[in-house]
Amino acid sequence: MTKVTVRGQSRILRGNPFLTIGLLIIVAILIFAYLGPLFTDPERAEVGAFKPKQSPSREHLLGTDTQGRDVLAALTLATPQTLNIGLIAGAVGIGIGVVLGLLSGYLGGTVDTAIRVGTDVFITIPAIAILVVVATNVRTINVAIMALIIAMLAWRLPTRTIRAQTLSLRERAYIQVAKLNGVGDLELIAKEVMPNLFPYIAASFVATVSWAILATIGLEALGLGPQNEYTLGMMIYWARFYGAILRGFWWWWAPPIVVIVLIFVGLFFTSAGLDQLVNTRLRRVA
Amino acid sequence: MNSDILRVQDLRVYYDTPAGPVKAVDGVSFPLKQGGRLGLVGESGSGKSTTALAIMRLIKPPGRVEGGQILLGDQDLLKLSDEAMRKLRFDQISLIPQGAMNSLNPVMRIKQQIIDIVNSHDGDYSEAKLNESIGQLLLTVGLRPEVATMYPHELSGGMKQRVCIAMAITLRPKVIIADEPTSALDVVVQRQVMETLGKVQDDLGAAVILVGHDMGLMAQFVDYIGVMYAGKLVEIAPVEEIFREPQHPYTQLLISSIPSLESKRLFKGIPGVAPSLLNPPSGCSFHPRCPQVMGHCSSQVPNLKEINPGRWVSCHLHGV
Amino acid sequence: MSELLEARQITKVFDAGGGLFKRDQTVALDDFSMSIIADRPSITAIAGESGSGKTTLARLLLGIIQPTSGDILYQGKNLQQMSQEEWKVFRREVQAIFQDPFEVYNPFYKVDHVLTTPVAKFNLADSRADARELIENALRGVGLRPEETLGRYPHQLSGGQRQRVMIARALLLRPRIILADEPVSMVDASLRATILESLLKLNQELGISLVYITHDLTTAYQLCESIVILYQGCVAEVGDIELVIKNPQHPYTQLLVASIPLPNPEIRWEQGEQRQSKSETAPRGTQGGCKFADRCPHVMDICYDAPPPLFRLDEGRATACFLHKELPTVQATEVMDTLAQRAFRKAQAVPAV
Repeated sequence: MTKVTVRGQSRILRGNPFLTIGLLIIVAILIFAYLGPLFTDPERAEVGAFKPKQSPSREHLLGTDTQGRDVLAALTLATPQTLNIGLIAGAVGIGIGVVLGLLSGYLGGTVDTAIRVGTDVFITIPAIAILVVVATNVRTINVAIMALIIAMLAWRLPTRTIRAQTLSLRERAYIQVAKLNGVGDLELIAKEVMPNLFPYIAASFVATVSWAILATIGLEALGLGPQNEYTLGMMIYWARFYGAILRGFWWWWAPPIVVIVLIFVGLFFTSAGLDQLVNTRLRRVA
Repeated sequence: MNSDILRVQDLRVYYDTPAGPVKAVDGVSFPLKQGGRLGLVGESGSGKSTTALAIMRLIKPPGRVEGGQILLGDQDLLKLSDEAMRKLRFDQISLIPQGAMNSLNPVMRIKQQIIDIVNSHDGDYSEAKLNESIGQLLLTVGLRPEVATMYPHELSGGMKQRVCIAMAITLRPKVIIADEPTSALDVVVQRQVMETLGKVQDDLGAAVILVGHDMGLMAQFVDYIGVMYAGKLVEIAPVEEIFREPQHPYTQLLISSIPSLESKRLFKGIPGVAPSLLNPPSGCSFHPRCPQVMGHCSSQVPNLKEINPGRWVSCHLHGV
Repeated sequence: MSELLEARQITKVFDAGGGLFKRDQTVALDDFSMSIIADRPSITAIAGESGSGKTTLARLLLGIIQPTSGDILYQGKNLQQMSQEEWKVFRREVQAIFQDPFEVYNPFYKVDHVLTTPVAKFNLADSRADARELIENALRGVGLRPEETLGRYPHQLSGGQRQRVMIARALLLRPRIILADEPVSMVDASLRATILESLLKLNQELGISLVYITHDLTTAYQLCESIVILYQGCVAEVGDIELVIKNPQHPYTQLLVASIPLPNPEIRWEQGEQRQSKSETAPRGTQGGCKFADRCPHVMDICYDAPPPLFRLDEGRATACFLHKELPTVQATEVMDTLAQRAFRKAQAVPAV
């Protein structure tokens, strides 16, 4: 049976609208978030830079807020901060999750029980409760610390997902063959099990980053975010704090929300597209 | 051919792939007598399962029926509307697909699954009549009527397969196609299931097409065998003659590769590799592996020719 | 005769869970014993259907799982008490070939991976060049061409080729015993012969003992010298394969042999054969008595009292059936030893070809 090589990226994308749209949105956001600041003068986003409360005009495409900040500039600088928190927390979360999941799933026994019970306990406690408690007790919060606080809980679901997949992969015949070939446990996990987990790790990563961004925005909107650095969540917080909704300054509270929605729509489509890709691959190989 | 219930003529089924069409079935023709037993034999990739699915019009994209006729009585099944074909399935022809026993709905009782078949064919029976009929149906396949209230996981492999046979004959079809019905079963259960199939067939006066690769099973069950290779039929003959005097070189190699209890340590395989269906060999698809290959075999495609009444071969050795 | 690999009265019980209050237990193997001798390479078949315990036996003999009771010994040493060194030796000398030629490959790697790994792990070669040569020779030894096999992914090879690569893998380690668990059942008919032939070559040319685990009596007959028939974890019949298949004495063996679809349309399954199956849903053995009692056409009262021991039918044959209760009892290992001795003497008498 001939296998059709999936060399051409375009071939994957052509048959997969979810992935295409998702990636397009994500790429657009990334360009906005990481290239945008290069063309933005950070002084425009300082307090008191311009006359406050201006509605959108040619000079200020998204107007200014009550502190005199150009909203567009602020948005351009805030987006990468939010993304950074999400990515760092997501990466740390996945890193811990993969290690714990692999060990737990493969070794079984007491190790598995310990990790599993620990994870389940953390899953049952509402994240928001833990995060609020921690955030309120930390003296200064900046982007890095924010990321770490979120990472504290980001590993829970990846651990379970990876553990489940490992449990299933552990029983595969090729694992038996590897054992017969004299391969030891740790090497087995790293070389035989893990490579087959890549699709699941990728999908889990997208999900974890989504969760991390959501968690960070949630905390920030409550005011528990970095006080001196501007993120999307903080924008919403300040907007609310200064009554932008009541006073009709839609150009201040709407844009960050739009960006957040776009981020999630993009992540969702990418995730769905990846899922479809993994399944199609499996179907084709079989 | 007056008592043929089914006639397949020049059936072609292609699968569209980015690399081109894969000719899974490439010009297959055969008759099926009323009440007869035909075995379609071949290895993986020969096209036998695809033929079975094509007869039931169950080929899904990227596969498509490229051409041919499937005549059930006077009707060409390939020309029927989707709705007309749907009504025909289970009513006139049934299929017991490969791995059928694993496709039973795990959360429905057996009774319900049989009722589903009846209902989807405008069955309109009272509860009591249904129960009675189902009980009878299960007895026909050698199962206790209580099985109707069970779930699939409560049954053994052989029992599940017999449930599948029961489902296939619920509406008393004229043709039953069984695709590897016993491949996952133990040899003892296999015999039971095949004997059940035979008995059911006798009761209904139906014809059976048995698709598989186990020549031993074919020898025990069918009257006629059609040997498939690379999407084509290379030989059709009565079962005794195929075993006694196979005419096509592939059939000859196939027969001699069957292990038997008559002699020890006689291992004979078929040299070479199975052909690609994307780029089949030119001329006769078997020529790269044929021990009796001649000059023109690589350029001319042989046709299926009736060398004796009831005996067809597709081979240049028989001057086609 | 010294035992190379021995299973001594092993019982393996699986807990199927069932919750706190009801423990579903499956007895996969019940007081089972067998041995492979060291002095002469043998080919033994272990035949049985699903639920017979043959796969469990394979995993026990390979050391993948542990018995609930009883011992598995290699060269006299219990597997569970081996040192690291001894285990490494065992691992190298007892190898396996599995049923599914696709599942045994890690889809992430090319097929080379499964050959280069043991070379590295067991230090079979000093240099990359040596390793390469070793692997290529092994592939040629099973009738494959290295150019056409190496560098490919598993899905690019046929089932037969994949299975032969697996045999080459086992070959590399120069084991003393290879357990082949249904090596040809998932392979096309035309390729089976080649694979069986490779296995036979391993035995005849390299002196490797084979344990051929299967439900297909025909290929077992073709390949093996002796056979153990398993039914629900117990030995039903054991002996010279010629005798057991051609003249089965245990009712279960008789049933098995009668159910084989002979590739001869003139000899069809006899109609109306005695195949009473009183309880359909394959019960897990009648408690306390012969496990086949429920399905046996010759069942007697005594069959429900206690499991039958093996009765010696003749020098190289025994069956666990009360129909032969007046004969002396014997252990499975004794029968296999006898067969091995006979074969040994025969081999000694005939000058090497």
